[in-house]
Amino acid sequence: MSPFMGYFMLGSAFLIIVSMAMMLGRLLGGPTLYDRLLAVNSFGTKTVLFLCVFCFIIGRPDGVDIALLYALMNFIATIAVLKFFNYRALDVELPSRNVTGAEDVR
Amino acid sequence: MSLIFSAAVETTHAVEHAAQIDWISVFRLIGTIVSMAAGLFFVLAGTVGVLRLPDFYTRLHAAGMTDTLGAELILLALIFQSDSLQMVLKLLLVAFFLFVTSPTATHAVGHAAYRAGLKPLLGEYRAPDLEEDKS
Repeated sequence: MSPFMGYFMLGSAFLIIVSMAMMLGRLLGGPTLYDRLLAVNSFGTKTVLFLCVFCFIIGRPDGVDIALLYALMNFIATIAVLKFFNYRALDVELPSRNVTGAEDVR
Repeated sequence: MSLIFSAAVETTHAVEHAAQIDWISVFRLIGTIVSMAAGLFFVLAGTVGVLRLPDFYTRLHAAGMTDTLGAELILLALIFQSDSLQMVLKLLLVAFFLFVTSPTATHAVGHAAYRAGLKPLLGEYRAPDLEEDKS
């Protein structure tokens, strides 16, 4: 990697970190639960981006696997927190659909 | 600017004829710079929108749309810079999963807020029909 590209990647990583720090403001001071959840989701996306750029800076391609794992975990965590605050429990039975009767299937 | 020129000239030393410019490296450099700048602009604009907009639904609009496009552009810039095929495939996989999961999570958050009865600041609001809607 040329020195210009190194500095460019460093500046990009710094700007992503600035964006993450600004997103923490909405996370700490959000009026409702959904604002905080949106901030957490956006923070996770920016974390994935920062991990990818950081792997390019240090020159090790292993961290992209961690970024991939974090992208999937971020999505599942968002859905789990939404389900918890909708039903106030995690092991709730979801409203079942009638599989045999064709008239209830939507 | 001199750094850009030196980075472009540095790639030409690998070529046999020193006067010939390596156009593939120049294209990769320009693509990386343009994609990364556009992606950083979208990410920062989305963050400022989340901080400054007055309502939850407008914040959702700002974050959901710009995060998807900004993330894809930044990953495209990294794909331009990567040397090995393995790295390209990994970054394409990350881009695919972000492209699938980010709008889904945004829609889930917005739908949950709508079902919970969160009113927008302005405009018409129709309450969701909770008895009829069993989805």
